[in-house]
Amino acid sequence: MSLASAIRTGDLAELPSRRDEDWRWTDLRGLIRQLPAPSAPLASGALAVGPFDALASRRELIANGQGPAILQIEGEQVLALRIVSQGEGAHAAAIRIQVAPGAKLTLLESYEGEGAYLAQTSLTFTISSGAEVERIVLADEAEDAVTVSEAQVELAPGARFGQAVLAGGARRQRLETRLKHPGGHAEVRMDGAYLLAGKRHCDLTTEVTHGAVDGTTSELIKGVVRDQSRGVFQGRIVVAEGADRTDARMGHHALILDDRAEVDAKPELLIFADDVSCAHGNTVGALDEEALFYMRQRGIPEAEARALLIEAFVGEVVDRITHEGAQDVARAWLAAKLGG
Amino acid sequence: MLKIENLHAAVEDKEIIKGLTLEVPAGEVHAIMGPNGAGKSTLSYVLTGREGYEVTEGSATLDGEDLLALDPNERAARGLFLSFQYPLEIPGVPALTFIRTALNAQRKARGEPEVTAPEFLKLARSAATSLKMDFDMLKRALNVGFSGGEKKRMEILQMAMLQPRFLILDETDSGLDIDALRIVSEGVNALRSPERSMLVITHYQRLLDYIKPDRVHVLAGGRIVASGGPELALELEREGYDKYARAA
Repeated sequence: MSLASAIRTGDLAELPSRRDEDWRWTDLRGLIRQLPAPSAPLASGALAVGPFDALASRRELIANGQGPAILQIEGEQVLALRIVSQGEGAHAAAIRIQVAPGAKLTLLESYEGEGAYLAQTSLTFTISSGAEVERIVLADEAEDAVTVSEAQVELAPGARFGQAVLAGGARRQRLETRLKHPGGHAEVRMDGAYLLAGKRHCDLTTEVTHGAVDGTTSELIKGVVRDQSRGVFQGRIVVAEGADRTDARMGHHALILDDRAEVDAKPELLIFADDVSCAHGNTVGALDEEALFYMRQRGIPEAEARALLIEAFVGEVVDRITHEGAQDVARAWLAAKLGG
Repeated sequence: MLKIENLHAAVEDKEIIKGLTLEVPAGEVHAIMGPNGAGKSTLSYVLTGREGYEVTEGSATLDGEDLLALDPNERAARGLFLSFQYPLEIPGVPALTFIRTALNAQRKARGEPEVTAPEFLKLARSAATSLKMDFDMLKRALNVGFSGGEKKRMEILQMAMLQPRFLILDETDSGLDIDALRIVSEGVNALRSPERSMLVITHYQRLLDYIKPDRVHVLAGGRIVASGGPELALELEREGYDKYARAA
């Protein structure tokens, strides 16, 4: 059951609904009354440059669901994977990304679009031993779009995987990452930020399953919601039986800037092993009025003080991005979102 | 400089300041002393324009300009500075960024050019040196994880850099050991000048051994109930506030 299988089969009953525990805050079945026709192909020549093109050593494009099915990564690569959607149709794409032993991949993944499209992108990562992947996702979809981006990550022992997802929401936007953690000193960073306004909705869902001893996971998610927007965070960390000495931390912190905005959060730790160090923190609140007054007392006008506090709040996620160029793009995107 | 006349102010409909009149001429340092709950902190928040502190009657002017009509940041740009009893922590904003943003916002409001980065760093280094602060502290998020004494020093550093015309020091001595008190007081005394005035709010006389006031006022029950020279502070230290609390 998924948006992709509904698009493929044309069967509405395939859409995830609130009856599925993992989809209860992002109910696609209740939202979509009719599946649109398949999207028309897009002429790639008509597209302007993508947000990460200038930083990349290799560029790949998925346009209305059309693009490469397998990407092999060897050596050191900075790959700009650009997913573009246009029109009112429906499309789905599935891509396998295979990272060879010892390879180093910086994946700069961007989503952009125009129209009321329905789209699913499914990525499957196989990351070999000794390989390193830093994945930065900039998900800037159209306001009327319904989108799902799903990543399955299989990590070999001794590999590293770090991601930062920056999301601006859509009519419905879901970004899901499910990772199988092999332990064995593999390191995982699973960060994200959502910045929502208007009636936009964004759902960040992550699941990390520690399957063996000595694995590390660090997760930091920040959210800012204004107007009538809605942020959803579901974070699950599973420590399987025998995955002793796992070290996992998860934090989700959100700012609600308007009374009609909403945040739903469900952090979960499921621990079946001994001798683990796991923690999660979850806070949802308003901007600190006392801090605002303090800043204004020093001469900073209210709007500027608010922007500075919010930017600092989300900036923590951007600071953790290790690729410098991507960090600059992320920071600029953040500033543009907060300025608007 | 600062002129307060028959000021009445309420917090959540409860009147706290009840007809306060006070004048602090240019170049003078006045102390306000009073028992807990007399309205000392309320006065500092009313003057700086904190939300929730409602003026119901009276006036407050700085060099003839109506303070009460201005936003908090506009009052700051006119030169009003409050050193907080409990300075706030600003996560994610380095002290240097914070102070530079404040300084340039004030300059912009006054129609002055922004300070350049090298000028600013020079100012910050010299202010940190004179307050015996490690310059690296200014690169950290403002006040986050700082001790009480470090926070107070950071307040004085901001004062030294923003160069306000009128300072309100709200219980600046609280949480300071003797060494820190001395450094902080020296920082404040270095700012004394014929063009600058100060209002020192304190519960204890101790601070006034270091920052010597020209006048001392007793605030009780939301009004100034007695005024005098520095000797008044010593009398309060000896005899307590009972006499004035009863009179209020």
